[in-house]
Amino acid sequence: MRSDDPILEVQGLEVGFPIRKGLFQRPVAEVKAVNGVSFSVPRGSAFGLVGESGCGKTTVARAVLQLVEPTAGRVLFDGQDVARMDAAALQRFRGKVQAVFQDPFSSLNPRMSTGRILSEPMRVHGMTPGPGIKAEVRRLLDICGLPARFADLYPHEMSGGQRQRVGIARALAMNPELIVCDEAVSALDVSIQAQVVNLLEELQKELGLTYLFIGHDLSVVRHLCDEVAVMYLGRIAETAPSDRLFAHPRHPYTQALIDAVPNPDPDFEAGREIEPLEGEVPNPADPPSGCFFHPRCRLATDHCRQEAPPLGQISSGHLAACWETGAITSTNHHSRDANENTGRQR
Amino acid sequence: MTLLSVENLAIDVTRDGESHRLVHDAHFSLERGETQAVVGESGSGKSLTALAAMGLLGEGLSVASGRILFEGQDVTALSEAAHNDLRGSGIAMIFQEPMTSLNPVRSIQHQLTEGMRLKLGLSRRAARDRALELLTEVGISDPERRLKQYPHQLSGGMRQRVMIAIALSCKPRLILADEPTTALDVTIQAQILALTSRLCRDHGVGLVLITHNLGIVARHAQNVAVMYGGRVVERASARALYNDPRHPYTQGLLASVPRLDLPRDTPLRPVPGAPPDPTVPLPGCRFHPRCPWATDVCRERVPPFEAEGDHEVACWNAEVASESRRREGVA
Repeated sequence: MRSDDPILEVQGLEVGFPIRKGLFQRPVAEVKAVNGVSFSVPRGSAFGLVGESGCGKTTVARAVLQLVEPTAGRVLFDGQDVARMDAAALQRFRGKVQAVFQDPFSSLNPRMSTGRILSEPMRVHGMTPGPGIKAEVRRLLDICGLPARFADLYPHEMSGGQRQRVGIARALAMNPELIVCDEAVSALDVSIQAQVVNLLEELQKELGLTYLFIGHDLSVVRHLCDEVAVMYLGRIAETAPSDRLFAHPRHPYTQALIDAVPNPDPDFEAGREIEPLEGEVPNPADPPSGCFFHPRCRLATDHCRQEAPPLGQISSGHLAACWETGAITSTNHHSRDANENTGRQR
Repeated sequence: MTLLSVENLAIDVTRDGESHRLVHDAHFSLERGETQAVVGESGSGKSLTALAAMGLLGEGLSVASGRILFEGQDVTALSEAAHNDLRGSGIAMIFQEPMTSLNPVRSIQHQLTEGMRLKLGLSRRAARDRALELLTEVGISDPERRLKQYPHQLSGGMRQRVMIAIALSCKPRLILADEPTTALDVTIQAQILALTSRLCRDHGVGLVLITHNLGIVARHAQNVAVMYGGRVVERASARALYNDPRHPYTQGLLASVPRLDLPRDTPLRPVPGAPPDPTVPLPGCRFHPRCPWATDVCRERVPPFEAEGDHEVACWNAEVASESRRREGVA
C-alpha cells in the first residue's frame, strides 16, 4: 500500500502568533509556535508528531488542515501548494483531507443526531439527499463498528469510545486520502483506546489511508506510526523511522522522553534508575539562545548555548538537531529489553 | 496497626428519589510508608473511594455499607467536625487538576499556610518559614517570589508541586493521590511522581495512588487493587499482578496497552465492549458482558473474593482464564 511518492510535504513551515499589548492591542512581538518545520509523509503510511504541550505539534496539524495561515513555508498536497489552490481545488482538498480531534464531545454538534453528523459533509459536497445517503451512513457506522441504530442517537447518548468512532466515521464520509488525528485517542480509557487504535489500523489497511498522527503518548505513537518526528519548542529535534527512533534515539530530548515512560512491568522498573529530565519547557515567546533544549540538557556545551544545531543526517531517514549527538551512545533501556524479550509472553 | 483499611465499602448516589449503587465492594489496605495503587477506568469507583475516606462525598452520595478504618478508627462514622480535624493532619489528598483544586484568588502563601495555622497552631511567621522550606523541598526555585504569586502564574507542573507541598504541610500519615499527573506532560509526570514517592518514603507517609496508567503503577507501587464497575476484582503485589494476572479484566487491561519494550507490531488485544452503566441493574459478575470466559454462573451470582496466598481475585473462572493465558504465553 505504501509508496514513496509523498502525499503530504511540509516545507520550512513557520506559524507565528502576534502578542498584543496596550489599549490599541498593537502587536509588540511574535510567538513562533512553529519555527521551520519540514517533513514529508509517504502515501499509505502513518507519520507521528510527538512532543510535550506547547511544542507546536497541534499548530502544525492546523496549518496542514488550513485552519491557520502559515507565516512562512509551504504545505504541498499531492505535489500541489495548498496556499495557491483555486476555490475548486481547495474544495476537493478539503474532502480528501479530514481530521479527527481529541475530544469527540466538543467536536460533535450536540444538537445533531449521528445520522445528520455523518450525512452533512455529503450534502455539503454535493451528494443528493435520499436513500443513497442513508445507505452510506449505515455503511460508515458499520465499518466503524457501530450498529445501524446509532444513526438516531445524539452525542450525549453515547460513551466516549462510541463518540470517537462517530468522529472517525465522519472523517471517512468524504472518502479521504489523508486523516489528521490530533490526540485522537488521548481522552479514552485504556481498554477503549486500544479498540480505537485497532480500528484506525484496520481502516488504514482496508482503505489505504495516510495518517498524520499527533500525540503525546509515545507508546501509542510508536505502535501506530511508521515514522516519527519529535518536536520541541516549535522545531523538530529528531525524526526517524519509528523502530529506529525508539531503539537508537540520537537526541537527548528524545532519549529523555522515552526514559520518562514507565513500563508496565514492575521487575523491569525496579531494575532501572531513571533521572527525570529537569526543568520545564521554556516560554516560546522568550526562547533560549542557541539550541532551545540546552537549559535542560545534560550534554550542553558552550557551542549549544550559542548556536542552534541544524537538523543533520545520522543515517538514511534519521535526522537529529544536536551538536553532541555523538555523545549519545547508550541505546535506551526499553529497546534493549525488547531485543532480549522478542519472543516473550504477554 | 494498619494505617488504612477499606472494608466492603459500598457507596450509593440518590437523585430525585432514585438510588443507584456506584461502588459495590471496595477493599484494600496499606501500612505506613507503603504505596498502594488503585487501578481502574472511568466510572470504576476509584475516586469515590478516596473521597469517602476524606469525608468529601458530594451531595446525594453516601456510604451505604462497609468501613474505612484509619489507624483503627472508622472514619465513615465520624462527625463532620471530627473528620475536619483528621483532614490535612491525618489524611491529605492530592487532586488531579491543580488548576481547579487551588483557589485562583488566593496567593500561594495563603493556601500553603492556612492548614498549618489552623491544624498545627503555627504563628503567621512560623507558618511562612515552614512554607518556604516546603516549597524548597518540592523543588520550587525562588520560593520567596512564588509565595506571593497566584496559581495562574505557575505552570501545571509547578502547581502540582504546590499541591504536594500543601498535602505535606500538616504532616499527614496518609496521602491519597487521585490521578496526580494525568494532566501533565510525560517528563513533568516523571518528576512529580518521583518526588511524591521519595517524600512519602522519607516521611514514612502511606500513599494511595489512584491511576489508570499501568506503567506508573509498575514503577511506583508495591501493591495493587484493580477496580471494575465499582468492585475490587483483583488484589496482589505489583509483581504478582503483572506477572500472573488472574482476573480476565486485569489480563485485558494489560493486553490493551502498547509497550515500548515489545516489538512495535505486537497486536493490542483490547477488552471488547464498554464498562457497565451503574444505573442499569446487572446481576452476577459485573464484568460478564465483556468477558471471554463468562458462563451461566457468572451471569447469575457475584463471584466471591478468593485468596491464594497474598493474591486475591473475584472470578468464577479465574483458573481457566489464567491457565489459558499461561498456555498462550508458552505457545
